[in-house]
Amino acid sequence: MAIPLIYNVRSLRARWTSTVVAVLGIAGTVGVFVAMLSLARGFEATLVASGSARNAIVRRAGATSELDSGVTLDQVRVIEDAPGVERAEAGPLASPEVVVVAAFPLKGRDTEGNAQVRGVSPKALAVRPSAQIVSGRLFQPGMTELVVGRNAAEAYDGIALGKSVRLGGATWTVVGVFDMGGTAFDSELWCDANVLKQVFQRPPNLFQSATVRLTSPEALTAFKDALTADPRLTVQVDREVDYYAKQSRQLTTLITVLGTIVALVMGIGAVFGALNTMYSAVTERAREIATMRALGFGSGSVVMSFVVEALCIAFVGGVLGGVVVLPLNGLTTGTINWQTFSHLAFAFRVTPLLLVWGLAFALLMGLAGGVPPAIRAARARIAVALREL
Amino acid sequence: MVRIDGRGDANSLIRARGLSKTYQRGSEAIHVLQGLNLDVDAGDFVAFMGPSGSGKTTLLNLLGGLDVPSAGSVTVAGDEITRMSARKLTAWRARHVGFVFQMYNLIPVLTAFQNIELPLLLTGLSKAERSRHVETALAVVGLADRMHHYPRQLSGGQEQRVGIARAIVADPTFLLCDEPTGDLDRKSADEILDLLERLVGEHGKTALMVTHDPLAAERARVVLHLEKGVLVDTVTAGRAR
Ligand SMILES: Nc1ncnc2c1ncn2[C@@H]1O[C@H](COP(=O)(O)OP(=O)(O)O)[C@@H](O)[C@H]1O
Ligand SMILES: [Mg+2]
Repeated sequence: MAIPLIYNVRSLRARWTSTVVAVLGIAGTVGVFVAMLSLARGFEATLVASGSARNAIVRRAGATSELDSGVTLDQVRVIEDAPGVERAEAGPLASPEVVVVAAFPLKGRDTEGNAQVRGVSPKALAVRPSAQIVSGRLFQPGMTELVVGRNAAEAYDGIALGKSVRLGGATWTVVGVFDMGGTAFDSELWCDANVLKQVFQRPPNLFQSATVRLTSPEALTAFKDALTADPRLTVQVDREVDYYAKQSRQLTTLITVLGTIVALVMGIGAVFGALNTMYSAVTERAREIATMRALGFGSGSVVMSFVVEALCIAFVGGVLGGVVVLPLNGLTTGTINWQTFSHLAFAFRVTPLLLVWGLAFALLMGLAGGVPPAIRAARARIAVALREL
Repeated sequence: MVRIDGRGDANSLIRARGLSKTYQRGSEAIHVLQGLNLDVDAGDFVAFMGPSGSGKTTLLNLLGGLDVPSAGSVTVAGDEITRMSARKLTAWRARHVGFVFQMYNLIPVLTAFQNIELPLLLTGLSKAERSRHVETALAVVGLADRMHHYPRQLSGGQEQRVGIARAIVADPTFLLCDEPTGDLDRKSADEILDLLERLVGEHGKTALMVTHDPLAAERARVVLHLEKGVLVDTVTAGRAR
């Protein structure tokens, strides 16, 4: 039977200052690790949630984002008639769209943030049914009116229901606020596409993309095949979710890699902290260890005991680190969406999986900090250690 | 019977033959034990005396399987422990040896009860059986009312009684006591010696004790002196005689 766990727990408590140092090192590392990854997860989730599996986005072939894409009015007609497009009373559910990026002052900061202003079809709400007008109403076609995303209203100064906004040389009125469940669209400002083109002196027959509502997620294949086979069009068709997932990938990867590097560097420090704590524990308790060995506990039991002790430190550190960053969950922050250069609000996502990862990372640090001292403890010669005071 | 001439028969419980131990300190070799012989029968109570540094602790360590000799052999109840692997020796110690230390060597973060229970964790006993054994040992040393005390809450004498309870709880083949009263006042020392005497006399234990204290040595049935690396039998004191 092993050396009882209570021995380790009470020993840790008896030398609590040293224990606390090691615990904090691991907690800090796990905290940063989980926070960074939850940032990445939140960003990813926000963009991925922006897309619907039942929507398809059509852009000029080769365009990397909507900004460098172009779709003509004639092409929009062809797209609307393609198979798989959902039809309603108002006609085929397609929204040809134009996007401009405009700077607005960020609330509580001295800087401006770029917002995406999206000119949409009046059918936009039918194409994206998850968008709900939470106050006010939709813009009227032909009017310089804006409906703004919930996060845009939060993030920028002067963008609130009833306010006037200068944009592209015209004065616009905010007539409504919409909520799309915390997605990337919630950081956007929507208006009539034709009005936006006029104000920004864009060619009247040119849109940047067209988003269509499909009859079902499975209808994408037929829709895509029809469009890509059509000699009148040179377009690329993506499922909307895939388009947004792709947009998120670069920044998500960057944050994940950065977070991992920072956590690794901190982790090395934390491991040294744990090593230090455990080595001094082994030194201080040399005679106790020798006594246990004299009583008949094997060297394996000693190794186990000290590894378990280090793992206890790591476990507490891991849990603490997780608990400390837990309040970040749902906290909204903003960043630049590098694909569109616009400000994007999103929330930290401290998922259970991330917490498990954090704990696993903590235990790994505990193992690295515990094994060498444990081996030293088990290797000490009993007769020599018993002479030590 | 205790013999130091190396002629004990095969029935002796503990048998040391030609036991030598040399320590290396830098380039200097210290020959602590030099061909020592010893035979101890079951039920004996032996005291080892000798000046500081004469090798008393070294001898106990070799007899208890805590260290290996440079030459010679130790056989206990027919098992030659000096030929055992480290792993086997560890298990052998758990089964056969009860150690009593000068500084008690109790685990400070464990209660008296938990300290005494430690050797039982190496047996297959159930929790209930372990409790029963611990309580019996506590009763023998007269500390039943202190079982939930931590070592720092006990006096030196009480600590050593816990140490003795821990040594006897798993019913070992023999006890090895290295200056068990070396750190105690006269009164506490006498209580500990009474206890050891009782363990041998009433409970039939075999005990080997190192001591500086002639009054302590007197309690043993045989007193041996360690001189120049071997045992000599100059004094045969003790009330038993
Ligand atoms: N590990 C060791 N390395 C070197 N010398 C040692 C070691 N252990 C004990 N000695 C030496 O061996 C001699 C005997 O020590 P010890 O057995 O402790 O004597 P005693 O218990 O009779 O005082 C002493 O001179 C001591 O310094
Ligand atoms: Mg000694």
